[in-house]
Amino acid sequence: MKYNWNWGIFWQPAADGSGTWLHYLLVGVVWTLATALAAWVIALAVGSVIGVMRTTPNRWAVRFGNGYVELFRNVPLLVQMFLWFFVLPEVVPQALGDWIKQMPPPWSAYFPAVLCLGFYTAARVAEQVRAGIQSLPRGQMMAATAVGFTLAQAYRHVVLPQAYRIILPPLTSEFLNIIKNSSVALTIGLLELTARARSMQEFTFQVFEAFTAATILYLLLNIVIVFGMRWVEKRLAVPGLIAVGGAPQAGH
Amino acid sequence: MRTFILPVVAALALAVAQPAAAQELTGTLKKIKDTGTITLGHRDTSIPFSYYDDKQQVVGYAMDICLRIVDAIKNELKLQKVDVKLNPVTSATRIPLMANGTIDLECGSTTNNLERQKQVAFTITHYVTANRYVAKKASKVDKLADLKGKTVVSTSGTTNLKWLTEENQKQNLGMNIVAAKDHAEAFLMVETGRAQAFFMDDILLYSLVANARNPGEWMIGSEAYTVEPYGIMLRREDPAFKKVVDNAVAQLYKSGQINPIYEKWFLKPVPPKGINLNVPMSPQFKKVVANPTDSGDPAAYQ
Repeated sequence: MKYNWNWGIFWQPAADGSGTWLHYLLVGVVWTLATALAAWVIALAVGSVIGVMRTTPNRWAVRFGNGYVELFRNVPLLVQMFLWFFVLPEVVPQALGDWIKQMPPPWSAYFPAVLCLGFYTAARVAEQVRAGIQSLPRGQMMAATAVGFTLAQAYRHVVLPQAYRIILPPLTSEFLNIIKNSSVALTIGLLELTARARSMQEFTFQVFEAFTAATILYLLLNIVIVFGMRWVEKRLAVPGLIAVGGAPQAGH
Repeated sequence: MRTFILPVVAALALAVAQPAAAQELTGTLKKIKDTGTITLGHRDTSIPFSYYDDKQQVVGYAMDICLRIVDAIKNELKLQKVDVKLNPVTSATRIPLMANGTIDLECGSTTNNLERQKQVAFTITHYVTANRYVAKKASKVDKLADLKGKTVVSTSGTTNLKWLTEENQKQNLGMNIVAAKDHAEAFLMVETGRAQAFFMDDILLYSLVANARNPGEWMIGSEAYTVEPYGIMLRREDPAFKKVVDNAVAQLYKSGQINPIYEKWFLKPVPPKGINLNVPMSPQFKKVVANPTDSGDPAAYQ
């Protein structure tokens, strides 16, 4: 292969004059993290509410939850990103739309990206919360109401503490996904890690160096999350709760 | 290290071999002779340089020039026929595909600059464009200073964006600069009012305006900021192949055959929509036609 390897490129000044190319990519890591973490907060909050709604006895709540999950889960993320960024400001009242559009960059791309990723991942979290709750024996809920708990109390003190512990491993996967999915935000102009790697290869033509660096940075980021979540799992583990009857703990 | 060893091995082989071996083909020419095929890399939406028309055929100004180059290669190698394979490329895949030998020529609208010449070679410039902006007539932007404190957009990873960033600091304009994913999206940002102006190669702006929903509401700035020469890309360190390609393009210019090709794509209606871009040859490109050059230095085109 006739390729001119140049690993020293990372110490050369970047095209935007802010520092070296390495610094340019590391700023991208910060934006990736800022986007993914903010979206994760939305995903956990909205996803939990929707997930619980789908297990309540109220038929309309169940329908609403199902509708939400199917809508956000079945439309490609790329399309959703486009809708949040380009279509939303056109369908809201014009004053609000103009205010959204006049937001200074990078915030004009950051907020739609966070909302899009948050609501998309919420659909997946909701599905897991529902599965977690339904994996519990029916007797748990029945016993809680039998001893006089209200429905809300039964969820708060009996059902949810167990359900969340069960779904921690798949939630870790969703956390990793949100980090990786944040790269879709490059389509609306957010200069996160992937966007910066692409822009670096455009300027320097050192395409393999740029994407190798991006790969390693994503890998490091996600390894940190995997170990962080393992620590959380260990911290919250209740002996005998999940491994009932000596069943092996589900991996992820 | 391989790049060091190969020429040494080649030199040793030549020294040992018969004098006639000096005629032997190397690199891309040998590959074309052996396989009887050449692979052209093309773009999908780079109107009018290289794109799919309404019949899903790859057409364009750069494609026509490349086919002339293929003819010249065929004559040089004294082959009955050369099969032309087409391979779509994007801005992210063109370098790896060129380096690993998948494509032999990249026929599109790639800017030739000195930085990129460290990685690939360019043949003689086939178009000279300039950096300008497009804005809505209603927003009354007549000069750069009118954009002070406004939001402007360019496509990420372009030299236009780099220039804009530098100029913004130098002239202390305080513009908010946004990087869009591609030209269409950058244009959409101005159309929907997210940005006041889009800075890009003027030929692409003409094409975007011509294809816009309402071409009458747009204006393109009269001032040209930087010069961008477009070149057809080939592999580095393949002087024999580059010479054949360079000669073919130079011949195209010298014989005047470039004129009907230029007219076909820039002064007449082009597929898919039958829109006429109506962009006469710029003085900068006329200079290249008179004195063919493959320079990646913008100063050579002023």
